[in-house]
Amino acid sequence: MASKGIRDRVAIVGMGCTPFGEHWDKGADDLLVDSATAAFDSAGVAKDDVDAYWLGTMGSGISGLTLSRPLKLDYKPVTRLENMCATGSEAFRNACYAVASGAVDTAMAIGVEKLKDSGFSGLVVSRPPDDGSAAELSAPALFSLLAPAYSKKYGVDKDELKNVLTRIAWKNHKNGAVNPRAQFRREVPMETIACSPIMAGQLGIFDCSGVSDGSAAAVIVRAEDAHRYTDKPIYVKGLSFVAGPAAGAIDPDYDYTTFTEVVRAAEDAYQQAGVDDPRAQLAMAEVHDCFTPTELVLYEDLGFAERGTAWKEALAGTFDLDGELPVNPDGGLKAFGHPIGASGLRMLFECWLQLRGEAPPERTIKSIAAGKKLALTHNLGGSPGECVSFVSVVGSEPSA
Amino acid sequence: MNVMVSYGVYVPYWRLDRGRIGEALGTFGSGTRAVASHDEDTTTMGVEAARACLAAAPDGVEVGQVLFATSDPAYLDKTNATAIHAALDLDSGASAFDMMGSVNSGSGALVAAASAAVPTLVVLSDIRTGLPGGADESGGGDGAVAFLFAQDGPALLESLGRGVATEEFLDRWRSPGDDHSRLWEERFGEHAYVPLAEQAVADALKSAGLGPDGVDRVIVTGVHPRAARVVSRSLGFPAETLVDDLTGVIGNTGTAHQGIVLADLLDRVEPGKVVLRVTLADGARAAIGRTTDALSEWRARRPSVASVATQIAAGRTDLDYPRFLTWRGQLHREPPRRPDPTPPVAPASLRKETWKFAFHASRCDECGTRHLPPARVCVSCGAVDRMSQERLAETPATVATYTVDRLAFSLSPPVVAAVVDFDGGGRFRCEMTDVDPDTVAIGNRVEMTFRRISTVGGIHNYFWKARPAREGES
Repeated sequence: MASKGIRDRVAIVGMGCTPFGEHWDKGADDLLVDSATAAFDSAGVAKDDVDAYWLGTMGSGISGLTLSRPLKLDYKPVTRLENMCATGSEAFRNACYAVASGAVDTAMAIGVEKLKDSGFSGLVVSRPPDDGSAAELSAPALFSLLAPAYSKKYGVDKDELKNVLTRIAWKNHKNGAVNPRAQFRREVPMETIACSPIMAGQLGIFDCSGVSDGSAAAVIVRAEDAHRYTDKPIYVKGLSFVAGPAAGAIDPDYDYTTFTEVVRAAEDAYQQAGVDDPRAQLAMAEVHDCFTPTELVLYEDLGFAERGTAWKEALAGTFDLDGELPVNPDGGLKAFGHPIGASGLRMLFECWLQLRGEAPPERTIKSIAAGKKLALTHNLGGSPGECVSFVSVVGSEPSA
Repeated sequence: MNVMVSYGVYVPYWRLDRGRIGEALGTFGSGTRAVASHDEDTTTMGVEAARACLAAAPDGVEVGQVLFATSDPAYLDKTNATAIHAALDLDSGASAFDMMGSVNSGSGALVAAASAAVPTLVVLSDIRTGLPGGADESGGGDGAVAFLFAQDGPALLESLGRGVATEEFLDRWRSPGDDHSRLWEERFGEHAYVPLAEQAVADALKSAGLGPDGVDRVIVTGVHPRAARVVSRSLGFPAETLVDDLTGVIGNTGTAHQGIVLADLLDRVEPGKVVLRVTLADGARAAIGRTTDALSEWRARRPSVASVATQIAAGRTDLDYPRFLTWRGQLHREPPRRPDPTPPVAPASLRKETWKFAFHASRCDECGTRHLPPARVCVSCGAVDRMSQERLAETPATVATYTVDRLAFSLSPPVVAAVVDFDGGGRFRCEMTDVDPDTVAIGNRVEMTFRRISTVGGIHNYFWKARPAREGES
């Protein structure tokens, strides 16, 4: 039984996204006010016009008060939710369903994360009290498990794989360099990336996404109402979210060269959206490049490349800004930064800009002018073998 | 009387070359000492020795009690032997007791085991060090030994006689909480110990009905190295009867030492040999026994990798001195800018005891799929609460993929972690230990070892790690 989906029943009519980075001078409250205000302005609505709010944050606040207090909302429903690194996308998905159901006319999905107040390096995730038997590995270590498995399965020499990973990071930094909202706005030479200090396995510091603060928001209305707000609404074509049974962590059949959760979410979202050849049909994709091997595996899991070939495609530039299928034209988690709860909505923000032709010229992808009208966003949370995954397909035109 | 029917030894992987201390501090020293790794304590080493002991035990011996002796307990107030008991998956009807503080406790545990009414597992384990540059630091050693005593035998060593000379004198002492011992002037210890040893040996020979020439092998160990050397000579036994006390290669392992040296001898001695053991610790004890024919059958049961000589030979000698000091808590290094590890909580640890300590997986009764940690719902067939528990601590595994984590907290970075697939099914992601990161590869064979993952807020987090399979075991 596949999900039926809500293809073309809701649309995004306004978005806001703060710059991502080390906002020493802004708290989560400030970031929420910034992105919400920008989204209200973008849609031409006031906060009271929005009937209900979905707030995604992994750890920068609990309860709807995290949003209602800084925005001084007028006794509106605010759902605070968390789904690891797919948190922002989950806020979006749930807001879309509320509008599609008819329960509300207008909803806001907003995500925020304030990571840089922790005082630690890297991402810090607290876990419930337990028996202490789970190895406490860093996130780069968990995702670095993909690299030797991929090398072994497809016979890619370790040094060659490092070149592939380096090129993925280089590409995302190159894209981020022309994005004023990105955390890292400089191109980074491949030698610098390749020789950066090792964090875990084959991954250097430049193979890891940026730890940053930020917020992004979207205003969602019924598709039939969308043109009251904007001439260029972005329609929701497919939304899929899956939480896996964490089988890979315990099942020897899982080989650490794929995310089964991503494959399943992509199948579902493509079916909803009527996509049968993603590489040909999508104008662009924003994927969860938390670490470079993740992006490599995602090319295959999302159907952008055949199994065992993504490493060659990456080297060939297929996913560059001017490639056949631009992936992470905004710089991705790598260069734009990864404030957990905001990332999914940040991805949608790039789709919003690109599909509406509002991306700055130096970052505009050619596929839109070539007539492609669909974009994909993808998140995953957790680690290889035990994760959650989100895939959306959005488009600039309703289906005929 | 119980007799000794099996034994097992654990010599840790790491050695400190005493020359490394000399390079740093200008002291003189040669040879090596065994070093417990950053993730080991006397409890975990005791578990490893006990696993080896029980693996070679005669069929049908059900351990009725565990006696654990150490001068360096991981906990006070709380019994440490219960963690060993749990890690060995012993029946809750078996007792577990600590005998702690002095090296002499080890002799006490052996005496109590021999006279016990139930099959008794004696575990002697120690981590011995002192202040940097001192004799205890370079002369000490870390290791563990376990002996199983049972009523019905067959005895590996039959007891012939004993002699004891107990005396109260201040030779070596340590106040609770101190990280090093204090010693009186060395020559005083020699003065006190030598006549006590002579008295104990005379009494033992008398009770055994033997003259000095009836003794084939002599082991002298003790807390006072100079006294042990002098006693070895003053007793008048021919040089060829004196057994190497291993202090040159592993150091003096305190509570465990008499047992490790005996085990090394039993690993290679012929049946029918009369062995005299003299132990100097707060007095002197002498015990005379004769090796039996049962030794050859026992050796056939025991994997060769478990022998003392093999473990000593497998030691890794490139440990640097700063790392040694860090492991022993004597060099406080800048931690990574990461949160401290999370200590386990007591209720969850109790609920999951058979997992955390005994390393039980669950196996689906319907489809046979193994789950680590144990699960209630089968990942393959979905059956609910149709699981049987299964101990995997002794099951070898193969590395499916791996990483070297330079960000995760460790007293000894980097952390090596692997996803391991167990023979017969089941997968688990865990830390690896006693491993050179450069040698880890997909397909490597590993075995499980009981370790102390971390200590936070005074709570030791015990759990299992994988280590490279020792030769001959894969």
